[in-house]
Amino acid sequence: MRNNPVISDMHLDVLKEIGNIGAAHAATSLSEMLERKIEMNVPKVTLVSFDEMFDLAGGSENVVVGIFLRIEGDLSGSMFFVLPIESANRFIRRLIGDAEFDFSNPESIDEIGISAMQELGNILSGSYLSALSDFTGLKIYPTVPSLSVDMVGAIVSFGLIEVSQYSDEVIVIDTKIVEHGLKDTSVDGHFFLLPDPQSYVAIFKSLGVM
Amino acid sequence: MEMVKTVVRVGIADMNIVQEPNTIRTSGLGSCVGVVLYDERRKIAGLVHVMLPDSALAKGDLVNVAKFADTGIYSLMERLKTEGSRPMSLKAKIAGGSQMFQFGSNDTVRIGPRNVEAVKKELSRLSIPLVAEDTGGSSGRTIEFDPAESVLHIRTVNAGTKVI
Repeated sequence: MRNNPVISDMHLDVLKEIGNIGAAHAATSLSEMLERKIEMNVPKVTLVSFDEMFDLAGGSENVVVGIFLRIEGDLSGSMFFVLPIESANRFIRRLIGDAEFDFSNPESIDEIGISAMQELGNILSGSYLSALSDFTGLKIYPTVPSLSVDMVGAIVSFGLIEVSQYSDEVIVIDTKIVEHGLKDTSVDGHFFLLPDPQSYVAIFKSLGVM
Repeated sequence: MEMVKTVVRVGIADMNIVQEPNTIRTSGLGSCVGVVLYDERRKIAGLVHVMLPDSALAKGDLVNVAKFADTGIYSLMERLKTEGSRPMSLKAKIAGGSQMFQFGSNDTVRIGPRNVEAVKKELSRLSIPLVAEDTGGSSGRTIEFDPAESVLHIRTVNAGTKVI
């Protein structure tokens, strides 16, 4: 990242902090929507290679439900909400009251389920980004989210096109989503914020660390 | 006794070469294009996982040649040459270049088709015949090339597998 400003551990810590603020808001929205206790936290903010980025979401070939949206404004970048098929099914079945709904079976995927998933992405990213905007004072406008059920590499690489013109590495603000009350409360899903390289300075300046 | 086969894995914006009985593989191609150059007679092949159409798009000063169609295919050809393959005996098979999402800036949305166009242009510039392709659509692909048979196996999530 030679032609980017020098990113120190302190900068990554600042990003982790704003990630946690966004995640807390998004978790509240999701908990209300699903009437279940959902927790989100930012375990780490790291500078990783593109392949390492896919590994964070289970490897490039792992099939997931992915929601993608672009953010524009003072801060631009890509945002992904990546869920294992099983978790996405659980969320959507609960939301639309259809126990047969299954993202892994194309025939059972109807418009209602897809809309519900997109709405989930809308609410999550909206609450995350409005918290981020309040905290930094930056204007942030999300696009309408788009959905794909496919391999992690195929989905996430689309959001790396912008970054890849500058670098072979990306700053990932990775948010872990955990649903309480399940036998397996391990990592349920991820929420990735990938700021475009030209936005790093805007974020750091707004927070007075550059 | 059967020889032990190794699968050589190629990451995004990366390249490598392989000799039979080994195979070479890259996974999760979306808008990216997997370009295989192979030498049928020598049973050797190379794979580059192209992410962007043109090295002129690079805004950094550290250029990873494998990331771009123009520099990636050329470098792969050069590597195969150092292994003893003549450029005249190389052929190509390609897969990828999907439109995973239908929005974004115009340039980004069309990145898959643009990658495919750029790959074809570079192959034609280097006079490497394109023997087969599986490009476009809106699905991710995982591909594996077997230099012993000169075949490319393609797997998608919804349409199963095919061989070109």
